[in-house]
Amino acid sequence: MMMKLPKIKRRSFNRSVGGDVGINVMLFVFGAFMFLPMVYAISQSLKPLDELWMFPPRFFVINPTFKNFGELFRLMSESWVPFSRYIFNTALVSVGGTFGHLFLASMAAYAMTKIKFPGRKGMFQLVYYSLMFNSTVTSLSNFIIMSAFGWIDTYFSLIIPAFGYTLGFYLMRQFIETTVPDSVLESARLDGAKELTIYWKIVMPMVKPAWLTLIVYSFQGLWNSGTSIYIYSEQLKTFNYAIQQILAGGITRSGAAAASTVIMMIVPVTVFVITQSNIIETMASSGMKD
Amino acid sequence: MSEKAVMQQQAAPKLRKDMTKWEWTLREMKVNKVGYFMVAPYYIVFMLFTIVPVFVSLFLSLTQFNMLEAPVFVGVDNYIRLLLDDDTFLLAVENTLVFATMTGPVSYLLSLMFAWFINELTPKIRAVVTLIFYAPSISGQVYLIWQTLFSSDQYGWVNGTLMKLGIINGPILWFQDTDYIMTLVIVVALWTSLGTSFLSFIAGFQVVDKSLYEAGSVDGVKNRWQELWYITLPVMKNQMMFGAIMAITQSFGFGAIVTALCGFPSVDYCAHTIMHHLDDYGGQRWEVGYASAIATILFAVMIGSNLLVNKLLSKVGK
Repeated sequence: MMMKLPKIKRRSFNRSVGGDVGINVMLFVFGAFMFLPMVYAISQSLKPLDELWMFPPRFFVINPTFKNFGELFRLMSESWVPFSRYIFNTALVSVGGTFGHLFLASMAAYAMTKIKFPGRKGMFQLVYYSLMFNSTVTSLSNFIIMSAFGWIDTYFSLIIPAFGYTLGFYLMRQFIETTVPDSVLESARLDGAKELTIYWKIVMPMVKPAWLTLIVYSFQGLWNSGTSIYIYSEQLKTFNYAIQQILAGGITRSGAAAASTVIMMIVPVTVFVITQSNIIETMASSGMKD
Repeated sequence: MSEKAVMQQQAAPKLRKDMTKWEWTLREMKVNKVGYFMVAPYYIVFMLFTIVPVFVSLFLSLTQFNMLEAPVFVGVDNYIRLLLDDDTFLLAVENTLVFATMTGPVSYLLSLMFAWFINELTPKIRAVVTLIFYAPSISGQVYLIWQTLFSSDQYGWVNGTLMKLGIINGPILWFQDTDYIMTLVIVVALWTSLGTSFLSFIAGFQVVDKSLYEAGSVDGVKNRWQELWYITLPVMKNQMMFGAIMAITQSFGFGAIVTALCGFPSVDYCAHTIMHHLDDYGGQRWEVGYASAIATILFAVMIGSNLLVNKLLSKVGK
């Protein structure tokens, strides 16, 4: 007869009380370092002007007010190009760039992992190496390429390059490779399904966490992109750029500036809160196999 | 060979061992040609805006070019001028290396350490703490709050507090004082640096098979350090490679933070990096050939340090 094993809690393995305390203290101290500047940003945005210019300065707001946000909206409504235009531009660029990226990258990622055409490994290696440098290196040459296409000062210069975003493709490819079993695809192929159908009807529903991740990453990049060297018409500039212009207005606008920081921060943070578990799931397959 | 065997061979489709490598490849390409059509739209865009520019800048770095007249081939003149005549560039190289070595490895280790710590928490608290550590990296220009905290007048919170406590008599010009600039900018860069690699580690710790720990405990793993070293990290090796690439590439991309906090150029060029030098010649003076040489050197530095670290990490556990 088998002996009944005592139930052991996972936490009791190799865990000392001292270590637990140490870890929590570290998390608390560094957590405060990470968190307090964000709190200060929010606190600043709620301070009336006399508290913003008070000596000695206080960390937390005493009489919170939404006046700064009102002031920010007033400044927005006075801008030379209607503010709705900047918001429209940001929406168009973010949505267009993100969805184009999502569809092209996931289709390519599916084909590259699950259709055994020669050359796919080399193609992937190139994408992998391109994770090793950033756009600082390529932006000047891109300007030249864009002007050759006549895309300078058009929406194309912002939207089309976003389609080719490398990290999104990489994460999607890794996720498809680890989560989509070949057997499902094989049986679909035996039933005569076309590859495009398999991609759209079978693979895409299976990789929902990955496409949420791609959407979030692509959106964050496009949302946070302010001034672009490819755009000079005021009518084509984005929300982020317009906000920066308001901030450049000096001391009298310090209240509105504080409010705008909070607005720029709230959007990506909210998006992450909603999608966190999906992103973490995608990241689980992000490792590079050698 | 019997007659029957020959007949069989003719009837059956040709096998891989009967073909040359080239024939086989060609056949595979034909059978799987739909793969090329599906990869093409993404890959063309990727090549055009990520790979081609590297070669364009390599070519332009050998020319003199102002965007108006045709480029003139000058050989390696731009590189010679950069390395021998441009003191600001050498300063920029030095700053970039200091900056990258201070932010890259530190951010990498912090990401790994906090992901490890956070993994010990219960799921709900874990989600909140992850958000707190990750938020600064996605919140756009929220790092400007550091400029408010360290504002150069007495209304800045740090100056105000230090003055109230009587530690200093007058406000310190934090982001204009060469004694403080680099340190402060590195701190701010680190504050925004717990990004993709951090999330990748968080996920990596979560997917480690829990039964490995039980087995390890039976095999004599005594404390959490041994558990991390002997069980968790070897399992997470792939994540660690990916995280390293993200951290290194990121550590060369903090130019915008420096410009936003210290202005451009920074006082005495003391926080001037290769990224700023590139922007100066490319975006402001339109010396495209010269700027391309800077970009090419920056490219080589990034790829070089990534490959080096990759090689070192691949030795871990072997």
